[in-house]
Amino acid sequence: MKKKVLILPFVMAFLTLVLSGCQPLMIFDPKGPNARTLSNTIIMSIIVMLVILLVVYVLLINMLSKYRASKQAPDYEPPHEEGSKVLEVVWTVIPILIVTALAIVTVFTTSKVEKKPEGYGNKEPLVIYASSSNWKWHFSYPEQGVETVNYVNIPTDRPIEFRLYSFGPITSFWIPQLAGQKYAMSDMLTKIHLAADQEGSYMGRNSNFSGEGFAQMEFEAQAMSQKDFDEWIKDVKAKEPKLTEKEFDKLLKTSFVGRKSYSSTHLTFRPAPMEHGKHGKHDMENMKDKDMEGMDMSH
Amino acid sequence: MSFDELFAPMKEPMILAAGISIIVGAIAVVAGLTYFKKWGWLYKNWLTTVDHKKIGVMYVFVALIMLFRGGIDALLMRAQTAIPENGLLNSEHYNEIFTTHGLIMILFMAMPFIIGLMNIVVPLQIGARDVAFPRLNALSFWLFAAGAGLLNVSFVIGGSPNAGWTAYFPLAGTEFNPGVGNNYYAWALQISGIGTLMTGINFITTIFKMRAPGMKLMKMPMFTWSALITNVIITFAFPVLTVALALMTLDRQFGTKFFAMQDGGMDMMWANLFWVWGHPEVYIVILPAFGIYSEIIATFARKNLYGYKSMVMSMVIISLLSFMVWAHHFYTMGHGVMVNGVFSTTTMLIAVPTGVKIFNWLLTMRHGKIQFTTPMLYALAFIPIFTIGGVTGVMLAMASADYQYHNTMFLVAHFHYVLIPGVVFGVLAGYHYWWPKIFGFRLNEKLGKSAFWFIILGFNIAFFPLFILGLDGYARRMYTYSADTGYGPLNMVSFLGALMMGVGFILLCYNIYYSFRHSPRETTGDPWDARSLEWATHSPVPEYNFAVVPKINQLDEYWFAKKEGRDITAGEYERIHMPNNSSAPMWMAGVMFLFAFFFVFSVWAGVIVFGLATLGFLAYRSFEKDDGHYIEVAEIVETERRLGGEQ
Repeated sequence: MKKKVLILPFVMAFLTLVLSGCQPLMIFDPKGPNARTLSNTIIMSIIVMLVILLVVYVLLINMLSKYRASKQAPDYEPPHEEGSKVLEVVWTVIPILIVTALAIVTVFTTSKVEKKPEGYGNKEPLVIYASSSNWKWHFSYPEQGVETVNYVNIPTDRPIEFRLYSFGPITSFWIPQLAGQKYAMSDMLTKIHLAADQEGSYMGRNSNFSGEGFAQMEFEAQAMSQKDFDEWIKDVKAKEPKLTEKEFDKLLKTSFVGRKSYSSTHLTFRPAPMEHGKHGKHDMENMKDKDMEGMDMSH
Repeated sequence: MSFDELFAPMKEPMILAAGISIIVGAIAVVAGLTYFKKWGWLYKNWLTTVDHKKIGVMYVFVALIMLFRGGIDALLMRAQTAIPENGLLNSEHYNEIFTTHGLIMILFMAMPFIIGLMNIVVPLQIGARDVAFPRLNALSFWLFAAGAGLLNVSFVIGGSPNAGWTAYFPLAGTEFNPGVGNNYYAWALQISGIGTLMTGINFITTIFKMRAPGMKLMKMPMFTWSALITNVIITFAFPVLTVALALMTLDRQFGTKFFAMQDGGMDMMWANLFWVWGHPEVYIVILPAFGIYSEIIATFARKNLYGYKSMVMSMVIISLLSFMVWAHHFYTMGHGVMVNGVFSTTTMLIAVPTGVKIFNWLLTMRHGKIQFTTPMLYALAFIPIFTIGGVTGVMLAMASADYQYHNTMFLVAHFHYVLIPGVVFGVLAGYHYWWPKIFGFRLNEKLGKSAFWFIILGFNIAFFPLFILGLDGYARRMYTYSADTGYGPLNMVSFLGALMMGVGFILLCYNIYYSFRHSPRETTGDPWDARSLEWATHSPVPEYNFAVVPKINQLDEYWFAKKEGRDITAGEYERIHMPNNSSAPMWMAGVMFLFAFFFVFSVWAGVIVFGLATLGFLAYRSFEKDDGHYIEVAEIVETERRLGGEQ
């Protein structure tokens, strides 16, 4: 009877593989270098963990099948055993080695995904400010002078640098197929580096609970060729209205708005907060003429 | 706040139904007690007791009720998400339910269950007559009960907290959370937290000062060791919670800006303070469960615990590391590679002492003679299932990978795979194991085992799919999702698993009734042929625990005495000094409940009146003369004869 429960996780692991065989799980279906690094890290760690599980399960099954009372003589008296120095050393040192290896992998991969993705030469990253407010995402392109709500378009052959902050509760900006998530907070700026190497539409969302409309706080991230991207920018510049401070305040107050596009950004009148770890220094790109008062986001 | 607003939650039909059922239940209990003339009995034997065993039983009783409350929350959540775009719960209601589910399961189910078992077992295992401060112990219980009551009242009057059990600012601040829900959060946790802190101090003193003669620290049973370490963690960790909650109250009710978005407030400071308490809290609930497993595995493998010293050492190391890992709850906050790297490493290091414990348990069974009793089944199921929780914990500890797991169902699956086999199976194992000690009869094995299978299988069916959903990008705490995400089928599987667990828990409770009626009464006091001292006295245990305090020469003294045919409880009877019952703890906690209740609504007159009354109780206690009482030899002889079955 006992063995059934031991087999269960393996059956489920097998099912996972089968299921992911038909349609890859989102995390294992990366579309950019950053997400690919994470996917590989996760797959590697799963393999290590399966080996550890196997060791424990084999030992347990062994103990349970060999030393159950029904297999023992009725007068069998289990011996007194204090412990074993050799075994202690073995099962302390091996895990420490595993942990050391994983720690090295962690530091290496973390620093890799926290930098501009490799393989894009000297191309400067495209900077996009992504900010959240109840319950939407604002995307500002300072370089192009364009702003969108609840959708973001990015070119495929250029690294992207998202700069995140929030006009309210802490949110977490996440496009699983392109990069891992990061918090967007009201009092400091955080960054996500990523690049998309395939054109396509990817699900992006806030993954950190932020109140009533949290479940609907999704956006579409669309990766397109530089040519299409430039055309889209030209289009927005030509057809969409400018984003005034009044319009922006109204936008902040509205709970759900669907998609919107503007031909100017809110960064000019409502600059982003400072970068994490740079308290006291101003975010030079946006705060040239403003001082601390400019950061007051109460409304 | 108008009357209408006050009872606004009642407009939800489901909450109204819950409210009505609470009232009907309460009326039934009151009527029953009156009809059977049990008020005096209840008051004298239970409500005013300072006996550690009865306090322990009350803790476990409340914990079981809370298990059902939290369990119903869980079933509702799983039912809501079982199909895409389900309309069973709206967003607000769902948010309240996952918030209270977390709070109740951790603070008002796991904690009291653990503390209840510690209360029942620790003094018996060390051969003490009670804890060091019995009156304080009663107050701890009543403060916990007051906190639990307060949180449950919020559901009906004023509105539940709804910002998650972590209550991150600024979401939990007044700007985004103007109702009283999060005031309830602050005060329910504050009051019960103070009780827990007192428990910590009480048990450290008890274990250090009141062990039977000859019981050196390294001769203590493993459960007592785990209790000692746990209470040290409590004593270091809970003051952080107290301060954090006080700052929360100041921010929410007095306009300070510790965690505000502007004027220099730091929202992430709350997250830091919360997890500086919150992570050690995980070990507070899990280490005693490790202690329980150590007792049970040794007993039913019929062998001494393998690697006793390294078991103790690994718990000490876990307790130290538990304070050095809190930032792994927010790798995604944007601290640098170095900070994340350090916290990743400390977090993964916890796996080393934990692994040592797992291997020691496995080796305890080698050359053993394993009996598959209900408590042993839970302990055996714990090892493979908890190891899944453990290894996924190591996966989550890798900061880079965590960028993809954070806030997803993968995380939810992980911590349920740690807390349910680690804590819930642990307390259920302990509950079956020590039940005969307290009540003098065993729970039915057949029913116990069927409940076990429902719970084990239900658990895996409910939570394993969540790992897969998490890896498919399903964020936690979403009240609904669209059909084209493809999350539907696995969520449905998970709901069915949750239902199975529900059946298991109902069987578990039915077993109490069934066994009470049909189980043969215990006469030996040692139904499992166990090893530690609590089995050396009668079942049920007399008020004074041991007529003669045994002398201890070694670990598992009782076991060796049995083998050698010695009676360690033999000796000359002397009169025994015991503490008196007192109603003060209950009334004082009642007054503090009202103090907190008025504080929640900022009704200052009530706050002042009941605040002063609380101080009055403290003053009263300072001047009260209470020297306890003696149990005379004749009474001991009579009790021993009665419990010993005329032997």
